[in-house]
Amino acid sequence: MAGVLVYVESDGERVAPISFELLAAARELAQSLGGDVEALVAAADTGPLVGELGAADTILEVTSPALAGYLPEAQQLVLVEAIRARKPAVVLVGYTSAGLDLAAGAATATGLPVVAYCTGLRAEGSDVVADSQLYGGKLVATTTTSTPAVFSVVAGSFAEANGHAGGRGERIVTAPPAGLAQLRSRVLGTTGAGGGAVDITKAERVVSVGRGIGGADNIELAEELATAMGAELGASRPVVDSGWLPKERQVGKSGMTVKPKLYLAVGISGAPEHLEGMHDAGLVIAINTDGDAPIFKVADYGTTCDLFDLLPAITALLKPAG
Amino acid sequence: MHIAVILKQVPDLVEEVEVDSQGTDIDRDSVKWKLNEFDDHALEQAVLLKESSGAEVTAVALAADGVDQLLYAAVARGVDRAIRVTTASARTDAPAAAAALAGVLADMGVDLVLTGVQAVDDLHGQLAPILATRLGWPHVSVVSRVSLEGTEAEVTQEYSGGRMATLEVDLPAVLGVQAAPRPPRYVPISRLRQVMASAELGSAAAAAAAPALGSTVTRLAAPPQGQGAQMLEGRPEAVAEQIVALLRERGLVEA
Repeated sequence: MAGVLVYVESDGERVAPISFELLAAARELAQSLGGDVEALVAAADTGPLVGELGAADTILEVTSPALAGYLPEAQQLVLVEAIRARKPAVVLVGYTSAGLDLAAGAATATGLPVVAYCTGLRAEGSDVVADSQLYGGKLVATTTTSTPAVFSVVAGSFAEANGHAGGRGERIVTAPPAGLAQLRSRVLGTTGAGGGAVDITKAERVVSVGRGIGGADNIELAEELATAMGAELGASRPVVDSGWLPKERQVGKSGMTVKPKLYLAVGISGAPEHLEGMHDAGLVIAINTDGDAPIFKVADYGTTCDLFDLLPAITALLKPAG
Repeated sequence: MHIAVILKQVPDLVEEVEVDSQGTDIDRDSVKWKLNEFDDHALEQAVLLKESSGAEVTAVALAADGVDQLLYAAVARGVDRAIRVTTASARTDAPAAAAALAGVLADMGVDLVLTGVQAVDDLHGQLAPILATRLGWPHVSVVSRVSLEGTEAEVTQEYSGGRMATLEVDLPAVLGVQAAPRPPRYVPISRLRQVMASAELGSAAAAAAAPALGSTVTRLAAPPQGQGAQMLEGRPEAVAEQIVALLRERGLVEA
């Protein structure tokens, strides 16, 4: 067994950014471990996607009408069959919705170890040493794993720019797994982003509230500040799941990706899933009474002031006098 | 229709999470434990399905300190019964939990398993896909809504950028729940006390041993220091002035 197999995600038309990060990681690992970088792409039509996979030495193409739209069961069948056929030393999957379905599932089906939440990977002999963010980013676990093994990688960990070229780009068309004829699940329909009343992805300033706001009644404090600042109100996942703000305002992994000039994080701890949605923001200011909160690692400025005192004070200064 | 909802405890991250003297695990004795928030949503989704379709719901958790309390709370929330599963190993990682639970769930004859999509300590993978693959059942994770139609479940799966899909899954299946359609309900302490006085928890013993992980933790530590925010100190009024000055300097608010 040799080489690094990358599971490529796409919407059928474009390769997802995470896949270029994985290809960049794969090129680094393949240099130490030896073997090829292989990109597995499974879709109804792989035609529009292969041109983007220049970082791979071989592009494993699996096409079938059953692969139209993302269906976890179908994708796991393809990934498992590719692992069995190609016997890679390392399998890389993004820590995305697909990664949550497939990394541990494919590892279990093939009897391989799986390491999740990886932000760094390096080869040591035939082992892989990985750093993983655990406990909401409060602690980092370093693991040594014998290969072959599966790793799921957090977005933003490797440079996407290094994942576009450097491979031979040979295409290998593989027959779809027989199991695709007996699937026990189906895609009924998909909905894109947008359609809501607000679009926080275009906002220049975002005031984003987290669990620290304490309850729906306190959202008003952040709302007043956002109004005074000319900012849109954003939220972390727990705030949306608690029903304090609508889904269209959620920033992070299963929400929106924002790139404002100013991101004011209020009572947000900064779990990796949240950071994924705002790591390209300009100036980041964080307010959190827990001085150890991971948000302070990515913020430019921070304070442990109580938000209930601080927000009204900022609002008062920004409001026109009188 | 029989639904099992799998629950587990995770460290409450609002409190300090300390590393043990070996430097490879958290100090499990000093941690304050709470129900995994995603499992809390899975539990809510299960109770909503019971209310809408008359399904029978069993809460299941690996036996551990504090788990009985968590199972009583699930009964107070509306599940029909709760079972603790005893294992030979002290491991609680997802591969070990899946090995322990697969046989128990198969024996119970469940049609649908709900559990949280992930947990903050899932270093060795998430439970839903591992359990489903062991059982040979289909699975979907990052699910935010579940409804039942005969022998199928219709689910909403969420992706980044606010995209979603509706999937139909034949039962039996395992779903990794990200969020229930409504926030987990609150149970008054009086109700919990009543349940603890009257309900009996069931138990089952796991037959399968925990599988080898093939991966060893060599270090667990806080992320490297050195980079990070410049901290603004002082009374709230003074910090507010510093923040407003920063925004004005950069032209981010009107001067």
